[in-house]
Amino acid sequence: MNATLPQSETREIPPPPQRLLTYFEEGGRTIGSWLLSTDHKRIGILYLYSILFFFTVAAIAAALMRMELVTPPGDMVSSETYNKLFTIHGTTMVWFFLIPSIPSVLGNFVVPLMIGARDLAFPRLNLLSWYLFNFGGLLAIYAIAFGGVDTGWTFYEPYSSAFSNTHVLTMVAGIFVAGFSSILTGLNFIVTIHKMRAPGLTWFKLPLFLWSLYTTSIILVMATPVLAMTLVLVAAERIWGLGIFDPKLGGDPVLFQHLFWFYSHPAVYIMILPGMGVVSELVTCFARKPIFGYHFVAFASVAIGLIGFFVWGHHMFVSSQSVYATLVFSMASYLVAVPSAIKVFNWTMTLYRGRIYLDTPMLYALGFIGLFTIGGLTGLFLAAAGFDVHVTDTYFVVAHFHYIMVGGMVTGFLGGLHYWWPKITGRLYPENLGRLAALVIFIGFNVTFFPQYVVGYLGMPRRYHSYAPEFQVFNVMSSAGASVLGVGYVLPLIYLIWSLKHGKKAPPNPWKATGLEWQTPSPPPKHNFAQTPIVTREPYQYSPEIQEELIHG
Amino acid sequence: MTLPIFPEEASKIAEQTDNLYWGLLCASAAVCLLVFTLMGYFLLKYRNGKNVDRKPVHLPEMKIEVTWTLASLLIFMCFYAWGAKNYFLIERPPPGAMEIDVVGKQWMWKIQHPEGNREIDQLHVPLGRLVKLTMTSQDVIHSFFLPEFRIKQDVVPGRYTTEWFQADKIGSFHIFCSEYCGTSHSRMVGNIVVMSPADYQTWLTQGQPGNTLAQSGERLFRELGCSGCHVGKSVVRAPPLEGLFGKPVPLNNQEVVTADEAYLRDSILFPAKQIVGGYTNDMPSFSGKISEEELLQVIAYLKSLGSQTPVREQ
Repeated sequence: MNATLPQSETREIPPPPQRLLTYFEEGGRTIGSWLLSTDHKRIGILYLYSILFFFTVAAIAAALMRMELVTPPGDMVSSETYNKLFTIHGTTMVWFFLIPSIPSVLGNFVVPLMIGARDLAFPRLNLLSWYLFNFGGLLAIYAIAFGGVDTGWTFYEPYSSAFSNTHVLTMVAGIFVAGFSSILTGLNFIVTIHKMRAPGLTWFKLPLFLWSLYTTSIILVMATPVLAMTLVLVAAERIWGLGIFDPKLGGDPVLFQHLFWFYSHPAVYIMILPGMGVVSELVTCFARKPIFGYHFVAFASVAIGLIGFFVWGHHMFVSSQSVYATLVFSMASYLVAVPSAIKVFNWTMTLYRGRIYLDTPMLYALGFIGLFTIGGLTGLFLAAAGFDVHVTDTYFVVAHFHYIMVGGMVTGFLGGLHYWWPKITGRLYPENLGRLAALVIFIGFNVTFFPQYVVGYLGMPRRYHSYAPEFQVFNVMSSAGASVLGVGYVLPLIYLIWSLKHGKKAPPNPWKATGLEWQTPSPPPKHNFAQTPIVTREPYQYSPEIQEELIHG
Repeated sequence: MTLPIFPEEASKIAEQTDNLYWGLLCASAAVCLLVFTLMGYFLLKYRNGKNVDRKPVHLPEMKIEVTWTLASLLIFMCFYAWGAKNYFLIERPPPGAMEIDVVGKQWMWKIQHPEGNREIDQLHVPLGRLVKLTMTSQDVIHSFFLPEFRIKQDVVPGRYTTEWFQADKIGSFHIFCSEYCGTSHSRMVGNIVVMSPADYQTWLTQGQPGNTLAQSGERLFRELGCSGCHVGKSVVRAPPLEGLFGKPVPLNNQEVVTADEAYLRDSILFPAKQIVGGYTNDMPSFSGKISEEELLQVIAYLKSLGSQTPVREQ
């Protein structure tokens, strides 16, 4: 999509009378100016700091687990500690890293820029969501630091209300509060995308990233309240002994699973759709081609969001739910895979007759497609009811969802972060180091998680502190891969920070991309555009026949 | 060093799950081959710097989209049907199985054989016999996972779940708890020992159990005072239990339920929940007065009465 004002002139936006102050400069550089800022760009960066912190906490927990699992007996930490480690890893990664990662950081920064708006619809609400998120996060950190929680991120009943002696309530409260942050962010995006698009920017001219974020926001708004309600019920049972889930009090523990997964399966799509959206942006830009099948890719997002609400029971094939329920959920799970397959085929076809630049963001996008394909296909294994009976609650499932969550979402996040880094910071990152890190992450990821498919099929259950000796070789591979993956994650941290001061200055549009966000200076001024752009062209009007000089750090 | 990729197959279900695994692996390999080859080919051919024809061509987009959508859907539905077929097989125990009770607790498996033998974290079974496990938990949710048999079923407090298998290989195989159940979850493991029928008989006799499960149940039935109302011409009128098991029971509220294990369990623990038609609720709850294992013993006794005819018709 291109903003043209007017089309015949060579300069699309008339030069401002003097250089506009960037969003870093305008409003001041004090800490207060950041903590009270309602600028979506600054809030996006605040979120980046927050999720980086939570990612580090969760990654340390993962590292300790991988160290423990090098040998079969549980000999490094105690079982209590191990159980707390995987609970910290799961809760923190899911609620305090993955869910806010792309939407709250990249989405916050680029949504208004992509639609030609000056900010989100509710800037103060946006700041409030960041505060709620951190307040929830602090509660979670308090629970972790002062005793820990050992329920797993799933809080299965009756364990979490009647048996666990750990800080369940504090953790539940943290997730409850962070949930409101999710809801407010989702609400903000929905209203913004509906009401604040630049003139001429019709729905089918929207970048695909926005279609995926729009769907994500609908899920956030519709599913998160169910989680909040479920957590309140857990708390009520734990505090007052209200019999809801505990059979000793007349409750039903399987009811908890229905409620929990009614949120948590759609939440899986919260954790992958935004990544898909980023990949659509990257593939088109670095193949210099309009996306193949725009409408199909856009509606695939909507279809995933919609069908995703009806597949929760596939987590419960051995839970003692009805056999017929299982058959329905199994079928719905196959149906939800169709739009995902459509996306993969469309991305692949977009490469055809393109002009492919293998820059860092593109390496991440290609990595995403490969890893998501493997993760998605093994999802089809799990959707087969008779097969799932054997592999559910084993490392096969662990491998599967890490291929989607890490191979998919984290890869998508890093791809997007590199792609928009020049816009966000006004600096270019060192391209060669970027490519190297992408490669290290790709290799490290596969060495970590591929063996887990094998050991899962062999029967190793998840959440095992000690395990049978015949599983050791796969666990050693996994732990070795995790060290490589760790190095891969530290690399971008180092060179991106380095680039803030020493990186080359970024021009407004280093990738020669078509999105509106590239029509404004890097970094953008506080109000994004000197003049509201008017959109007349279809999205992704790239021409592969023209050789462009992309600008690297 | 050889890496085993498949666990041993100790039952027919294991074989069928492995076949499905092969099917899924082959289909996935084909998809990966297609997508990754195309991607690789395009990447090599159309890299910036290569002098190739990049002129946009008009492709029949709609036809292509519809084709791969329908093709995916068709393949997916085949695997859905295959998975569903296997699932039915796993979920529906064939008739004529020998029944063994399993009670999960933090962090052990307690097993009771009908002959009265009891064991912990060990399950001895004869080769070639159909075995049906009736399982419950006395605390949190556990899951009884037999990887060499490719079966797993959650063991849920407050209800009975079942799992069946027919071992066709002699040997000792894993039992894992696969639903996280607290501190020593990973130590809630054991062995299932498959023996020849003759060895199994020897094992049963060597265990020297005093009473069969049903006999223990009968003793509890008297000790807990059940017999005071449910047997003979007692003063309090209570429904007769002979010939009850497996039969339809008309309730006070016009509903009809089947007298299965779950019904018997509920009637002992929560008598007010379902009242037999024509009776009033005079029975006290035995919740908290009887352990899960004892409950299963009483139920074994009531089942043994299932073939008798009611003695007290008025």
